[in-house]
Amino acid sequence: MSEMNIVQAINRTLRDAMKEDPDVLVLGEDVGVNGGVFRATDGLIREFGAERVIDTPLSETGIIGTAIGMSLYGLKPIAEIQFLDFIYPAFDQIVSELAKFRYRSGGQYPAHVVIRAPYGGGIKGGIYHSQSTEAYFCHTAGIKVVIPSTPSDARGLLFSAIADEDPVLFLEPKRIYRSLTGEVSDSQEKVPFGHARVVREGSDVSVFAYGAMVPVAQEAADALGRDGVSTEVIDLRTLVPLDEAAVLASVEKTGRAIIVHEAARFCGFGAELSAILAEKALYSLKAPVLRVTGYDTPFPYALENVYLPNPERVVRAVRQSLQAG
Amino acid sequence: MAEPHAVSQKLPQSETDAAPEPDLLDAYRLMVLARATDERCLMLQRQGRIGFYAPLMGQEAAQVGASRALAPQDWIFPAYRELAVALARGVPLRAIFDQLLGNADDRIRGRQMPNHFGFRDVNFVVASSPIGTQITQAVGAAMAAQRRKDSIVTIAFFGDGATSSNDFHAGLNFAGVFQTPTIFFCQNNQWAISLPREKQTRSATLAEKGSAYGMPGVLVDGNDFLAVYSAVREARERALSGGGPTLIEAEVYRFGPHSTSDDPKRYRTEEQLAAAKERDPILRLKGELVSAGRWTEELDHQLWEEVRTRVTRTFEEAEKAKPLDPRSIFDDVFAHVTPQLAEERAQFDAELRDGVLKL
Ligand SMILES: Cc1ncc(C[n+]2csc(CCOP(=O)(O)OP(=O)(O)O)c2C)c(N)n1
Ligand SMILES: [Mg+2]
Repeated sequence: MSEMNIVQAINRTLRDAMKEDPDVLVLGEDVGVNGGVFRATDGLIREFGAERVIDTPLSETGIIGTAIGMSLYGLKPIAEIQFLDFIYPAFDQIVSELAKFRYRSGGQYPAHVVIRAPYGGGIKGGIYHSQSTEAYFCHTAGIKVVIPSTPSDARGLLFSAIADEDPVLFLEPKRIYRSLTGEVSDSQEKVPFGHARVVREGSDVSVFAYGAMVPVAQEAADALGRDGVSTEVIDLRTLVPLDEAAVLASVEKTGRAIIVHEAARFCGFGAELSAILAEKALYSLKAPVLRVTGYDTPFPYALENVYLPNPERVVRAVRQSLQAG
Repeated sequence: MAEPHAVSQKLPQSETDAAPEPDLLDAYRLMVLARATDERCLMLQRQGRIGFYAPLMGQEAAQVGASRALAPQDWIFPAYRELAVALARGVPLRAIFDQLLGNADDRIRGRQMPNHFGFRDVNFVVASSPIGTQITQAVGAAMAAQRRKDSIVTIAFFGDGATSSNDFHAGLNFAGVFQTPTIFFCQNNQWAISLPREKQTRSATLAEKGSAYGMPGVLVDGNDFLAVYSAVREARERALSGGGPTLIEAEVYRFGPHSTSDDPKRYRTEEQLAAAKERDPILRLKGELVSAGRWTEELDHQLWEEVRTRVTRTFEEAEKAKPLDPRSIFDDVFAHVTPQLAEERAQFDAELRDGVLKL
C-alpha cells in the first residue's frame, strides 16, 4: 500500500501493465518526452522506450485509427486523448469503427483499445478544457465507459480496462487528479466493471454520482448528516456497463433519488438513470427523481463556479426531495 | 476549362489594397507592444491576476507582417496565439485585457479561456481551441466572398502542429478545387507543445505541402518583417486576381512556453532557445531601422518605457471593470432563450438569491 493521488495511480498502473505485458503500449500527443500534459505518462518513455511510448503527430483520428489497427493485429494500445474536448476529430473512428468492429465482423475482428482522456471542469479551462460529454459515448453500443473517482479505483478500473476484451473509454476526473489522495494497493487487483461503490450508507435519500462529482456528493452528505439526514452516496464507477441492481437496491431502501453530474442535463446520463428508476422503481419512490447537473449551455470560462454543481445545490435538491412527500 | 469561381473585378485600389509600402516604424511599435504585453501577461498569470496565457514571443514579425499586408475588409481566421494580429487590426489593448479577464466588457462575454479573441468589427473571427478547425472555415468564407463577388481574401492562421489536422487537409483541398482567395498562413514555431517540428511531419518543409493541393507553397523567414509582408501581399494579389490560394510557411521560433501550463525545460534545451533568440524578429527590425538612420537607442528606450507604462495602466483599468453578470450564462446558447433554458435560469436565479451558488 502507498499513498498517492489519481495521476500517480494511473502512472503506476500504466507502468505495471507495461512491465507485465510487452503488447501493452501507450500513444498520444505529448505522452513521451513530456510525460503527458498532466504527467500521467511521466517517466514511461525512459523505462520502455519510444517504440512503446509513442509521441504522435497532432491528429486524434490518427491516434485512434492506428490504435485500432494495432489492436486488430494483437497489441494492446492505450491511447491518450489530451482532453476529452479534443476527441471529436476521432469521433468517426470511435463510434463508427472501434465500437462496431466486433459486431460488423460477426465477431471475427474485435478491436480492443483503451482510450484515456481527462474530462470535466474545475480547472478554469473554459469551453474546450472542461466538458463532460460521456453521454455521447454511452449512447454508442459497443464501447464501455468508465470513470474512477479515487486513486485506488483509478488503478483497479484501469487494470480491468486493459484486460477487457472490448473498447473502453476511460475518463479521468482532472479536477481531482491531484487534490485527492488515498491508499493504493501494490497488487494488480482489478476493480470489476459493473459494480457501483457504496461510498456511504444511508437510509433517507440516495445520491448517485461519478467522477469529480463524488466528493461533491460526499460533502453534501456530510452537511445533511449534521442536520440528521441520512444520505446514501453511490459512486457508479462504470456507466457502461451500469450496475443497475445497485441503483435499484438503494432506491428501494431510501425511496428518494438525486442524480449529480457536471454534464449538461438534457439527454445526460442522469436522464437514463431517471428512466430506469421510472421503469423499475416507481413504486419505491416517495418523491420525484431530481437531477443536479451542469446547465444546458456550453461550458463557460468566467462563470465556471456557478456552472458546476456544488454541495449546496445537492443539499437543496435533497431537501426538496424530502419535502415532496 | 470553365471558370465558375472566377473572382470578380477588383475594387478601386484605395478601397481594397494594403499600402504598397509598409510603415516600418508603425510595425516596430506594434511588435514592441505585443512583446511588452506578453511579458506583462506572463507575470500577471504568475500573480494569479489572469488565469492563463499563451505568449507569442518570437512570432511578432510574422503576425504583424502578415496583418499589414491585408486590407480591413479581409477576413481573419486566427488560432489562439494571434495577439499581435488583433493589435495590428486596431483592437484596443483594453479590449484584449477585458478578454483575458473575462469581465463584463469582454467582447466574448467570458465564454473562453484567455487568448481566444474575437472582434467582429475588424473581421477577426473568434478563435477556438480545437486545432485546425478555422482552416476549412476560412475557405468557406472565401467561397462566399466569391459568390458575392466581393474583392476580399480570407486568411487562416495556424501552427505547424495544425498541419496534421483533418481540417488542414480538407481546407487546402477545397481551396485548391474551388480556387478560393484564401491565404493559409502557417507559423512554424518549431513546436506543437512538446513535439518538435521534425516529428510532426516527414516533409522537408511545410510549405511544400501546398504543391500536393495544387497551390504555391512559399517558405519565408518569419523573423523578417518585410519578407513576410511581401509574401502575404503577393499571395493576396494572386488571390484577388483569380489565381487561387497560397500556403505560406513562416519559419519562427516559440521563445516562450506553449502556455503558462507548460514547462519547456522538459523537452528543449536552453542552448536551443538561446540560438533561436539570436534571430529575435524585434531586434532584427530595430537593427534595420537604426541602420537606416530612422531610429536610435534613446528613442528605443523611450518607446519601451512608454509601452510598458501603457500596458500596466491599461491592465489596471481593465481590472476595475465590473464582473460578468452571472445570468449571462444562459445568453447566446441560441438566438433566443428556449423554454427549457428559461426554466433552468429561473432556478438559477433562486439559487443565486439564496446564496446556493457561489461566484
Ligand atoms: C484537436 C486538438 N488536439 C489537441 C489539442 C491540444 N493542443 C493545444 S495546442 C497544441 C499544439 C498546437 O501546436 P501548433 O499547431 O504548432 O500551434 P502552436 O501552439 O505552436 O502555436 C495541442 C496539441 C487541441 N487544442 N486540439
Ligand atoms: Mg507550433
